[in-house]
Amino acid sequence: MKLINTICALFVMAALLSGCSSNTTKDGLPDGQNTLADSGYNTIDADGTKITEINLDKNISAAEALMQTAEFSDPSSPLSRRVIYFEYDSSQVINEFIPIIEAHGHYLMANPNQRITLEGHSDERGTREYNIALAEQRAKAVYKMLQLIGVMGKQVDIVSYGEEKPVELEHNDDAYALNRRVELVYK
Amino acid sequence: MIKLTKIISVLLLGLNILTFSQLLRAELTIEITEGVQSAHKIAVVPFAAPQGEKLATDVAQIITQDLAGSGYFNVLARDEMLTYPTQAAQVKFRNWAAIGQDYLVIGFIKKDNNLYHIQMSLFDVYKKEQLKSLRITVEATALTRAAHHLSDAIFQKITGIPGIFTTRIAYVTSRVQENKQRLYNLYVADYDGSNALSIAQSKEPIMSPAWSPDGLKIAYVSFEHKVSEIFIQTLTTGERTSVAKYKGINGSPAWSPDGQQLALTLSKDGNSDIYILNIADLSLRKLTKSWAIDTEAAWSPDGKQIIFTSDRGRRPQLYMMPGNGQGLAKRVTFDGDYNARGSFSADGKTLLMVQGAQGNYRIAVLDLATRTNTVLTDGPLDESPSFAPNGQAIIYARRKGDKEILSTVTLDGQTKTDIESVTAKLREPAWAPRK
Repeated sequence: MKLINTICALFVMAALLSGCSSNTTKDGLPDGQNTLADSGYNTIDADGTKITEINLDKNISAAEALMQTAEFSDPSSPLSRRVIYFEYDSSQVINEFIPIIEAHGHYLMANPNQRITLEGHSDERGTREYNIALAEQRAKAVYKMLQLIGVMGKQVDIVSYGEEKPVELEHNDDAYALNRRVELVYK
Repeated sequence: MIKLTKIISVLLLGLNILTFSQLLRAELTIEITEGVQSAHKIAVVPFAAPQGEKLATDVAQIITQDLAGSGYFNVLARDEMLTYPTQAAQVKFRNWAAIGQDYLVIGFIKKDNNLYHIQMSLFDVYKKEQLKSLRITVEATALTRAAHHLSDAIFQKITGIPGIFTTRIAYVTSRVQENKQRLYNLYVADYDGSNALSIAQSKEPIMSPAWSPDGLKIAYVSFEHKVSEIFIQTLTTGERTSVAKYKGINGSPAWSPDGQQLALTLSKDGNSDIYILNIADLSLRKLTKSWAIDTEAAWSPDGKQIIFTSDRGRRPQLYMMPGNGQGLAKRVTFDGDYNARGSFSADGKTLLMVQGAQGNYRIAVLDLATRTNTVLTDGPLDESPSFAPNGQAIIYARRKGDKEILSTVTLDGQTKTDIESVTAKLREPAWAPRK
């Protein structure tokens, strides 16, 4: 009895979650993308008896589904590149990344309900709070370019993590170069 | 007698946090990595334990570690002692003079129901006289704390400077859990990192802990809501108030000496600037108005000046301006190509900072009167320096191989200790003011 209740609860939960998701995916995402099976909510195995652990974090959000579309995942598409790298102690956008920012700007222009977060990051050298400020400047440099293209301010959030969230944990120049970045996170 | 009661209450508090603290204490190691030769020579003889009891806490060993780590003492190794007196009548001064000792500490512990009476005596070997005698009564859980109190008494008697052995620190840890998720904690601990108690925990970064001048509250930055936010938390009650949650950066909280205001960094108006927050009504006053990064504010001890980091001259340097905003910011650092996170010594005469030169980041002090710049540490990635309440040592965070650890260094740069954890990265130490 308890088991059935749990299963029911899970279905309700999954339905609610996919419902929420489809609200936010009007632009671009095919309907029904977030089915129970797609969203990591496989709670019953083949013979229908076993409940597996639910990990809410594994729910595929609308944004994650969008990122799996060809437009965002095909390496030949500039939209597949969503990290902008910077020089040491600099927030100036390097020329080679301008076309990538432009591509995202045009996408956001065409999809005015789509929102993104620009996450600013730095390498570990120097002080933590200075790096927060520096990494925010980087995110704002990207934001300024998006604005020039015509992206609306309400589509873009900025958060700076400074050196708190490195992608590379080594302590050398190669790792530092990969950690000095702005990530374009679709929501 | 008042002192005794105080110690007991301190340790009763310790009892409550024991379950939390055991976790971290077990994996923290504290090591004195460099000592000095030109220091007072002192012997701390093992204290006699109560009859028929083997104590888990070695009081003399804690005193030894405290004094050795202070930079003021060269402490005799136990196996070099010829005798092990525990009472004044057993002391033969010529024995200790013969092996070059200046001072001698002996003691014994007696048990009375659940209370331990620790009797300590300090002697001047050459004058052949007792300098101090002290008795402290505590419960078993407070023996460590009591040992630190004895260290303070010995240190002050010989050097004339207040000890730091009963002071506390705050620091942030980051560890990767079994589920691969990062977990951040804000800890409050004894000055040597032991007896740590987590006061805040989050899957998102915690940063920049700052003690209130009365030592009762800590302001810090938390990303727990995926954006930066500044909280003030009362240590005893755990009560927490959000004081800054503006769009953009909410960072670098720094208490004014009177505890009424918080200098902080906000970017709500475009770029990072220093603001002064009135804690009572949360009203804001904008202090810096430059196009550049202004952050990492700290107050002068008289509350009149604010030191901060700015890249208005292209690279980060320290600038100083009146806290009331009536006056221009003046650049104060010219050594090295990167100077950041400045703070004042308690007498206001010295600036402490992170100094970068040729990619090497070290801790430096600048004497404001003589303009003498002294580098205290070796780098390459030293940060977050904080003065001890007696101004004689600094705690900071550094890299050691792949680890992030805390280190202390005395102002003469000669004595260093490391505090490290097996599983966690330790960072952003902040030394609490003396209450």
